[in-house]
Amino acid sequence: MPDYSLLHEQPECFYEEFERKSEWQRQTHYCPGCGHGIVHKLLAEAIDELGIRDRVILISPVGCSVFAYYYFDVGNVQAAHGRAPAVATAVKRAHPEAIVVSYQGDGDLAAIGAAEILHCANRGENITTLFVNNAIYGMTGGQMAPTTMIGQKSTTTPGGRDVHHDGYPMKVCELLSTLEGPAYLERVSLGGIKQIMKARKAIRKALEVQMNGVGFSLVELLSPCPTVWKLEPVNARDYVADEMEKVFPLGVTCDRTGARVRCPLPPDPPPLEAIPGILGLELDETAGGKPSEGPRIDWRIRVAGFGGQGVQLLGQWLAEAGMDAGLHVSWLPSYGPEMRSGTSNCHVRLSSEEIDSPVVTKPNVLLALNEPSLEKFLDTVEPGGVVIYNGVGASGKAPRSDVRFLERPFTAIADAAGSARTLNAVMLGALREVSRALPEEAIESAMRRLVKREQWRELNRKALAAGRTQVREEELTHA
Amino acid sequence: MRQLLKGNEAIVKGALLAGCRAFYGYPITPANEIAEAAAYYFPRCGGTFLQAESEVAAINMVYGAASAGVLTMTASSGPGISLMSEGISYLAGAELPCVIADITRGGPGLGNIAPEQSDYWQVVKNGGHGSYRSLVLAPSSVQEMADLTRLAFALAARYRNPVFVMADGVIGQMMEPVRFGEPAAVPPRPQWAVDGTAETRKNLVSSIFLQPDELEAHIGKLGAKYAEASRRETRLESYRTEDAEVVLTGYGIVRRILRHVVDELRGQGIAAGLLRPITLFPFPTEEFERLARRVPLFVAVEMSTGQMVEDVRLAVSGRAEVKFYGRCGGNLPDAAGIVEFVKTRLGAMEASHA
Repeated sequence: MPDYSLLHEQPECFYEEFERKSEWQRQTHYCPGCGHGIVHKLLAEAIDELGIRDRVILISPVGCSVFAYYYFDVGNVQAAHGRAPAVATAVKRAHPEAIVVSYQGDGDLAAIGAAEILHCANRGENITTLFVNNAIYGMTGGQMAPTTMIGQKSTTTPGGRDVHHDGYPMKVCELLSTLEGPAYLERVSLGGIKQIMKARKAIRKALEVQMNGVGFSLVELLSPCPTVWKLEPVNARDYVADEMEKVFPLGVTCDRTGARVRCPLPPDPPPLEAIPGILGLELDETAGGKPSEGPRIDWRIRVAGFGGQGVQLLGQWLAEAGMDAGLHVSWLPSYGPEMRSGTSNCHVRLSSEEIDSPVVTKPNVLLALNEPSLEKFLDTVEPGGVVIYNGVGASGKAPRSDVRFLERPFTAIADAAGSARTLNAVMLGALREVSRALPEEAIESAMRRLVKREQWRELNRKALAAGRTQVREEELTHA
Repeated sequence: MRQLLKGNEAIVKGALLAGCRAFYGYPITPANEIAEAAAYYFPRCGGTFLQAESEVAAINMVYGAASAGVLTMTASSGPGISLMSEGISYLAGAELPCVIADITRGGPGLGNIAPEQSDYWQVVKNGGHGSYRSLVLAPSSVQEMADLTRLAFALAARYRNPVFVMADGVIGQMMEPVRFGEPAAVPPRPQWAVDGTAETRKNLVSSIFLQPDELEAHIGKLGAKYAEASRRETRLESYRTEDAEVVLTGYGIVRRILRHVVDELRGQGIAAGLLRPITLFPFPTEEFERLARRVPLFVAVEMSTGQMVEDVRLAVSGRAEVKFYGRCGGNLPDAAGIVEFVKTRLGAMEASHA
């Protein structure tokens, strides 16, 4: 085009032609006088100046700038409405060396995405957000935005924004400034050349903050929307300067860049061969899925007591021992609110056959570590089942004559054996004596996995022995 | 070596062995142990763990990590999956691989935290908008939680699509012995990902196709993927079906109960069999069709008021009777009840044919 002299070159990080557009590939989809064109250019120039084009990943939002990827010759990810900060978070954490820019409008950022931006800023994510505030929903045709000004008309505030009905315009920079996470927050304006020069500096600074690794940066840009505001472009620009700047004061609302140190990069990952070890696994490429031949049993056990009595651990101990004995096993805790209320119980199955359901509704073994548990579960025990109860005097009043019942002050017995905290081991010892199906070696090997300190293992061994001495066959009364 | 593990933990270990290196989640019972184990193990394995501010944010973080070429996952339960539906639609639309574990609980609304299978519709039929599908694997043991999680990542990468591991709260919460056989692996970085490098600068991750023809072509491409997955990835377990006069079907914890029921019925002289879908999408339609040419009665058992049974009816397509037996609210169907139900139905059929 020889009739023109070149004043400004197109930034390198813009595509020459917008091939991702289906038509009019040499012009943008933005309206004449729209602020997005200016913001795009300021961002592109900053990327060029900083020499970071290859490293930039631009997250485009939902709104008029949904097609930012038409123009920017950088890595592009398009996000759902309001979710750009969440997407940017994970992109940055995957590639800490990348420069991640999240580009959002007012509806996207301050309404539907309010939670995402708040938490992204609060985590101090090392990303840069460009927040284009034009006080209106542009793409959907002019509905009220969270930043719509008092009295401003929109298609959903036809009489103007009424504070009694719609609340107040949201001041995002001030809001985010109450958080400790952000490193740099500034509001600038596209209301005139001077303001645009300041905006240019702010965008550059925000990117540098990210490059220095000191945390979250956001630049809010007060921006004209001539089409929806129904103003000529020049008047729209003046409206930004004359009206918006009054409601949204310009300036830096937060700058902690001096006080922040670079966030360290994550350490190098361990070698692949180390992963199984880190997961506590020994890979076993030879073994099949079947347990070895074990004793012929089908124990459906319910363990119940107070939280802190070792109920869940006793259940796991049984399951681990069963596994070592070559049985099919399962363990299922009672989970949820009831586990906060102080009582605790679990379901354990040890079986020679494949286990259909780990839920034990009709146990043939009940280990009741306190009286409420006995009351709750005694009636569920299958006729012929075994009940071992930590307490005394229950056999007199319990109405079951069809179960084998052993009651002892097991807590006191555990205490005498070395520690009341080995109550569960004492009761396991008693169960082992009632039914010899579980080999002692399996109980021992299971304990070695569950109990790390040799001192406690020794106490547990004493407790197991103490439990076993409590059982004499003729004493297994019918309650 | 067999190790006693919770179903929820087995998922995390299976995921890390499969090369998953980014976990984003939000607490919910009965899936919490997944996020807790991930918080412990992911950083140690060189991965990322982050607790998001909501399930909405979590699934969009998954979207971000997947865009960046990292094998990634999240985990939740029914109410959280409802919130994630939007993001799952975007993931499918943008053809991003990820794994979502759904440890199902009771609904609707807050429901309760006890096990149900009432997420079938929203997971298998899609809670989100648009013509997409998620691949869905349904483990019925802790061993399968590990194995199918590993498979889920392979399928996610192969089809560039969200893959669910859907298990009820019982499977998530219970402990069982598990074996891990395969060594740890990390798949090569996908070429389409956006890495913030010169090589990947031209890459774009997006689900928007403004022109109707473009979008139609894109949807067609997704459809072709799902058709291929249906041909190649359908998995099922068949137990004593070959001479069966009644075929029971169910997945997850129910499958285990049904195996016991089949043996019990066989013991009573009734030729029962079990057809258990391992993949809920793709659904083993062909096997149901094949059996329906010969088997007069199918009984679907679910912990819901009947969701998968609709797919059974579609597959059987009027060739046989399909009856439903369900419990919900956190109750498990009991074997004796199912046995009685089957015998009653068979009796009624014989009476009507007599």
